[in-house]
Amino acid sequence: MNGSASHISIRGVHKVFQSGGADVHALKAIDLEIIQGEFVCLLGPSGCGKSTLLNAVAGFSPPSSGVIDVEGSAITAPGPDRGMVFQEYALFPWMTVEQNIAFGLEIKGTAKAAIQEKVASLLGMLHLEDFRKRYPKDLSGGMRQRVAIARVLALDSPIMLMDEPFGALDALTRRNLQDELLRLWMELKKTILFVTHSIEEALYLADRTVVMTYRPGTVKRDLRVDLPRPRDVASPAFNALKKELSQLLMEEQSRHNQDEFKGAAVD
Amino acid sequence: MKRYRHAASGILVPLAALAFWQLLSSQGWVNATILPSPMQVITKWWAYLLPLEVFDPAQGSYLKWCFSGELIQDAMGSLYRVLLGFFIGGGLALPLGLAMGYSRVVYGLFNPLIQVLRPIPPIAYIPLSILWFGLGNPPAVFLISIGAFFPVLMNTVAGVQNVDSIYLRVGRNLGASRFTQFTRIILPAATPYIFTGARIAMGTAFIVVIVSEMIAVNNGLGYRILEAREYLWSDKIIAGMFTIGLLGLGIDTVMSRLSSYLLKWHRGLEQG
Repeated sequence: MNGSASHISIRGVHKVFQSGGADVHALKAIDLEIIQGEFVCLLGPSGCGKSTLLNAVAGFSPPSSGVIDVEGSAITAPGPDRGMVFQEYALFPWMTVEQNIAFGLEIKGTAKAAIQEKVASLLGMLHLEDFRKRYPKDLSGGMRQRVAIARVLALDSPIMLMDEPFGALDALTRRNLQDELLRLWMELKKTILFVTHSIEEALYLADRTVVMTYRPGTVKRDLRVDLPRPRDVASPAFNALKKELSQLLMEEQSRHNQDEFKGAAVD
Repeated sequence: MKRYRHAASGILVPLAALAFWQLLSSQGWVNATILPSPMQVITKWWAYLLPLEVFDPAQGSYLKWCFSGELIQDAMGSLYRVLLGFFIGGGLALPLGLAMGYSRVVYGLFNPLIQVLRPIPPIAYIPLSILWFGLGNPPAVFLISIGAFFPVLMNTVAGVQNVDSIYLRVGRNLGASRFTQFTRIILPAATPYIFTGARIAMGTAFIVVIVSEMIAVNNGLGYRILEAREYLWSDKIIAGMFTIGLLGLGIDTVMSRLSSYLLKWHRGLEQG
């Protein structure tokens, strides 16, 4: 693998929305280079455009201007090379756990035996064996998100995009899944772009935390997190970084609040 | 235990109503021609159910004889028309509904006509159906098809239009073609709506079959109760009505069992 070359290259990305007849500048002049195997968190208050940026990388809504390259070629549409995990889990309720995981492989046209093998290994990897025949409605939030992660891993995509995947989970389940994700990431060497509004989550997970400004979304701070893993959230070093990021985020949050009081559109 | 007590309390009101009805007729408060006693109705119902002739092996098998009673023949005739009309009407509505829900262009082309035709009750087509198809099964099946068509159509359109866009985004993310999106995501996501439409359609079909038999067919449950009126057989009228009710209940039970089996993944159906 080309260790140092950019895996995802975002250059001069702008995004303008039409909202209520007015232009909303969601992203402005974003430049980011993400290397192979890097774990990057996008952090910011609501309305900072972090999900907009993720959706642009996923190919769901192309930028108004600027370029996003993945492995050297510009992206034009969504694709299984950039598997996405959504906050709302988005499992297909009419499919069982194993059918959900197998779906991407069926689309690819993978042979039946190979699908079974892959699904079995993913069920094992995410501790889902006992739930393979269940439907999503019978699973807890944490279990559903495990299935969603397994569904993306089934694609063997080099890149994982995660849109506040653990936002709806309780604290313990959340930590548990964060650890699980780190284990998978180290094992599978994926490039991960992860959106969150939790400072602690970003510092716990990421190699790099990119703090974004409130509307228009720009890169306010690109912070390398060099703490050794597993990270101790109670350590002084962790808390020093947390304090630093809190300060940055607070400034943006207050701009967001002012806008909200003025009755501006907030997503 | 609790369950039995529940069942016992559920039977209380029907028993009381029955007792009151029996009292009305046995005391001679109402004319037995207008309202026969429950016993009289049950006797008539039994006679209506039993075969008309004595069993004769030369005429065919025992099973065939068992089903030769007037009631069973009528019920089967009505059921046949209901099912045929339901499958024709629903079978036409389903593909059109899928196309209208999926494509704005198709929706734009068909919706104005649909909106004009939809408020016309199927009953209003009776004169035209007789003019076009004469008497017998064809006009009845035509009317039932119209009754079944619109509920399936409207619900299918709504089902396809209301597919949560997140599922479509996941599909695109996984690399699904438009065809796969349609068959593996849109179609299953719309099935709860489609089943609701089918259940409503079945109910409408059942209403329309009775009406159409009163007018255009000379057998079936609807025909039989109208015929009984001409002879002032009120016991047979009521026996026929109960049979209609039982058949309707049976059809609806089958439909709801079928849909909770096929939609066992669906959240809203857990209580069945």
